[in-house]
Amino acid sequence: MRTTVSRRRFLQLSSLTGAGFIIGLGGAEGKVVNQLVNLSNLANPIGVTPFVLIDPQGAITIYNTKPEIGQGTFQSIPSLIAEELDLTLDQITIRQSGGEKELGADQFAGGSASIRTSYTKYRKVGAAAREMLVTAASQTWAVPVAECSTENGKVHHKASNRSATYQELAEAAGKLEVPKDPKLKDPAQFKLLGKAVKRPDVPLKSNGKAVFGIDVEVPGMLFSSIERCPVFGGKLLSFDAAAAKKVKGVQQVITCERLIGKYRFEGVAVLADNYWAAVQGRKALQIKWDYQGNENFSLKAYEQQLRELAKKDGVVDHAKGDFENAWSDAPIQLEAFYETPMVSHSPIEPMNCLAHWKEGGQLEIWTSTQVPFSIKNSFAKEYGLKPENIKVHVQFNGGGFGRRLYPDYVHEAVQLARKAGKPVKSIWTREDDTQQGPFRPMTFSAFKGALDANNKPIAFQHKVISPSISASSNANYDKTKSDGGMTEGISEQAYEIPNMKNLYVHADMHVPLAAWRAVTSTTLAFSHESFIDEMAVKAGVDPMSFRLSMLDGKQSDTKRLLQKLKQISNWDKPLPAGWGRGVAQWEFFAGLGGNVVEVSKKGEGIKIEKVYAVIDLGTVVNPDTVEAQVEGAVVMAITAAIKGGIQIEKGRTVQSNYHNNQILRMPEVPPIEVHILAEGGEKIKGVGEPGLPPLAPALCNAIFAATGKRIRRLPFDINKI
Amino acid sequence: MAAITLTVNNKQFKIDVDPQMPLLWAIRDFVGLKGTKFGCGMAQCGACTVLMDGNPIRSCSTQVSVAANKKISTIEGLSENVEHPVQQAWIELQVPQCGYCQSGQIMTTVALLKKNPDPTDEQIDSALQGNLCRCGTYPRIRKAVHRAAELMKSKPF
Repeated sequence: MRTTVSRRRFLQLSSLTGAGFIIGLGGAEGKVVNQLVNLSNLANPIGVTPFVLIDPQGAITIYNTKPEIGQGTFQSIPSLIAEELDLTLDQITIRQSGGEKELGADQFAGGSASIRTSYTKYRKVGAAAREMLVTAASQTWAVPVAECSTENGKVHHKASNRSATYQELAEAAGKLEVPKDPKLKDPAQFKLLGKAVKRPDVPLKSNGKAVFGIDVEVPGMLFSSIERCPVFGGKLLSFDAAAAKKVKGVQQVITCERLIGKYRFEGVAVLADNYWAAVQGRKALQIKWDYQGNENFSLKAYEQQLRELAKKDGVVDHAKGDFENAWSDAPIQLEAFYETPMVSHSPIEPMNCLAHWKEGGQLEIWTSTQVPFSIKNSFAKEYGLKPENIKVHVQFNGGGFGRRLYPDYVHEAVQLARKAGKPVKSIWTREDDTQQGPFRPMTFSAFKGALDANNKPIAFQHKVISPSISASSNANYDKTKSDGGMTEGISEQAYEIPNMKNLYVHADMHVPLAAWRAVTSTTLAFSHESFIDEMAVKAGVDPMSFRLSMLDGKQSDTKRLLQKLKQISNWDKPLPAGWGRGVAQWEFFAGLGGNVVEVSKKGEGIKIEKVYAVIDLGTVVNPDTVEAQVEGAVVMAITAAIKGGIQIEKGRTVQSNYHNNQILRMPEVPPIEVHILAEGGEKIKGVGEPGLPPLAPALCNAIFAATGKRIRRLPFDINKI
Repeated sequence: MAAITLTVNNKQFKIDVDPQMPLLWAIRDFVGLKGTKFGCGMAQCGACTVLMDGNPIRSCSTQVSVAANKKISTIEGLSENVEHPVQQAWIELQVPQCGYCQSGQIMTTVALLKKNPDPTDEQIDSALQGNLCRCGTYPRIRKAVHRAAELMKSKPF
């Protein structure tokens, strides 16, 4: 993380009515902004929206800069600031930021990045504010700073029995310089950080009051439903809207473009007084598409191409030692091929957006999104606006999982609102959401592993064959280079294998692709950690011992994680007949997690008896949230392992809704036991994603242990093993 | 179009809608209560669950005309200040993540506990298997249903 302390500066403004104290560490330049503002203007601040805001007559507001997608940032991010200010969450108002320049380019939710990149940065924001309030009090009372303390939103001077509220001190504090290196609180004194603090959004999500993107309305708005080409890559030829316009409530039928990555797909939108009328109108549309030959595309045939491409050498992702010679000289060689599917994100809140073009070139957007900063800036370019003329109201996201990193659905609404001359709310149907992508791509993997005469791993190769998420986003993608996004984690595992050469083979694809919770690690961990298991079996060594034997050299987070898994799962304790247990771990950019899964043979299939999960964090902000995230990651990973996945035939997505694109239901969820490794320190790993990748390989390794059957392709039918 | 009177949370609403419109959109867009959610439109996910005469139904797949003269209960009608035992259990166990499916989960649970004040895990699974949660809050929902059952014994609602 970049240190921003030395680049701080002040900004002070006076105002006509009322003065407040605002401190923020923000901006792409990492500047601290400290200013007095007219609080009556706060609903529409003049180019500055700070992290902390103290109204002398009222509330203390702290901004959450990371969209809340279920991962708990609405609690955790403001807590970083509130902790240093000795405030509890019931003493503050939390507001969601909307991509304002002053709050920084990292206003997004993705990559499990929120806490690991903000932990110290936001604590310093709070600590600086506290120091200024304390200094203001000490100057007012003419007492030494060291004799002042803070508690419950007040500065106290115990010797003279004086105290003042932050509100009373705000104006004086606002005139002070922001301390360059504010002293951070001793973690032993923490009241919020590291504690299972209740999330303030939970009551709102238990009584229907939480406002998601789909819930927002403004006067005079129209509802929209959009028909897009059912075949990926098709073009709009013509449409007849006569029948659609006869549906009562339908007002307009107009086109819009869906911008996703390098693609622009045209659609026909029906705008109506209410959503149901828009959907009925849409059904009555007559549209002619030019499928451009894409109607012959078959994912089954494409998979066969991937198998053929596996024969190519590919480009080198990572190499060490002399793989070729070590491989050819090795007494024991092993090869295997693994396959995984495309999958959808399928958050329960379908994509939606409300857009309103206001007079004077002002664009206002209400939506569930993971990327407000990016929307403000990329939309400014696309629509010829200044970023400050775009206001993004980030609502609670009804699930993100990577889908809402892509604002294609926001583009549609923005274009419709401009054309219609009215605010337009666009809501995708579940069928739209399931069939239009973007999807997490499949990866196919070809492995070579060799053991020496002592059954020690001596050479290893993981070759990934896949289409590319980056290629979907970037028209200038360079196919001749390796693609770190598609080889994620395969060269980052801590295992000490002396000779390694990992490769990537690119495959073209015309269907929009996307990051997905834990991205490519979700497929590569499955193949990689399953193959490691195959090597262990070949070596005749217990899979846990085999992994630990490759971590002998030095202490590592991975070693500690596996040792923890071994202990909590009673790894060495025999299981009942017909049971099996499997282990897997995965380290990648977002963090490190591991699972031990226990299964039993049940009739024709397999029952998942128990999942043990360990996540390694370094430092934890809310252990209860972390536990919930890991539970959820395990559930999502089981879905990805055993449910259908996306198929495309005749150019169209075969699946359409939850009946044929299933996600795990309650009776299918096994007991999940989560353990957190958090031994302190500033080297913090992510929470949202690392719980996911190790599940599929641990499950399949357990199935092998129970049945002797090696699963090399996802998804698989758990009821028929 | 037809004039339909809906009774939602013991209040009457006169609305003029296509009688085939799903109750979900009548509740959201005409009655103006947004706590009931759209997820799938074909009774697959349960996000739209409301109670009709006390029974959980999928409002996305129930025509509004069917709901006339019936008592509809939505999440907003459960309590004034989140004090319903099911809501209290949800908060105590910090069930929601994104929260989008939780109105449906809670309404299904309310109906379950009315009929079966002390359900087993299997009975909970059976009652809630029609309510999807993409965040994977299922383990906590199960615990929270047990906790709500416990709370309701001391504080019937």
